[in-house]
Amino acid sequence: MNPTSTIQTFGEFTDDIPASDEYLTLHFSPSSAPRRRRWGNYGLSADFLGDYFAAFFPGDEVPDSKINRQDTVKAAVSYIANELLENAVKYNQDIENLPISISLYLYERQIIFHAINYAEYLRVEQYRQFITQLLSSDLDEFYMQQLEKTAAGSGGSSMGVLTMMNDYSARFGWKFEALESAPAIFRVNVLAYLDV
Amino acid sequence: MSWELLVLEIKTDDYCIHHDPASATVFLQGFLRLDGMEEYQPVMDILLQAVDETPEFTINLRELEFLNSSGISMLSMFVVKVREKGNVKLTFQGSDKILWQTKSLKNLQRLMPSLTLEFV
Repeated sequence: MNPTSTIQTFGEFTDDIPASDEYLTLHFSPSSAPRRRRWGNYGLSADFLGDYFAAFFPGDEVPDSKINRQDTVKAAVSYIANELLENAVKYNQDIENLPISISLYLYERQIIFHAINYAEYLRVEQYRQFITQLLSSDLDEFYMQQLEKTAAGSGGSSMGVLTMMNDYSARFGWKFEALESAPAIFRVNVLAYLDV
Repeated sequence: MSWELLVLEIKTDDYCIHHDPASATVFLQGFLRLDGMEEYQPVMDILLQAVDETPEFTINLRELEFLNSSGISMLSMFVVKVREKGNVKLTFQGSDKILWQTKSLKNLQRLMPSLTLEFV
């Protein structure tokens, strides 16, 4: 593999996440326990992140909504954290000492999510193809097209990313880095920006 | 006559799926974040079995606090199956106090414009 292909970024990726007074990172140890048994823990973690970050927001009204600001942040953070974790877990290659992680950074009008997992080359290649297609399409059109595909039973439609982007207006950046110690394994970095 | 036992309810600590034949309604309640479409098959089976019996069918989501994207995919699959049947009047009852419903349900309606969305 030539050196230029060992790191690739897409969308709004940055290595320099701005400093934030409030941030939190959760690490999930690589595990041999069945996914089925661990699955519920990711949902609990997403709910915890929602509760934690919602506490920084007042419960004032949101225009044209019956859900106040605090509850809106709580539900949006919980949805996005859950989808990022589900994807990280689904496509993760369990490797010793390389945990899945999710970090959230709080700013005045924005929350940045950063999820990291490790995946093998083929997974990464599929993901990169999807991202390329997504970034070159009209989001609304692509969303409906993928929803129809999913509904027809041809899976692998990545409705997680699409719902976060289309329904929650989250913006995304990705970075894939081949590991020096194992070049067929990639560190997958996903950034999601949520305006609050 | 079929001797197959009809499943009317699935109940766990996190969620409850309940079919009420009298009102031709299936209630989805709680927190649904199952691991992929395969895990949603039992829920899908209840919906398909329930819609088979009736010309008007309702899915009540008003107490469904959380649904992951796999669950949204399952609902989209159900909507398209109903669209293909062509003769069922389908209604989703939702809550405008639950964020995911205000964000994502309208897209399911785009799959089937005759789908009625009732928010309270």
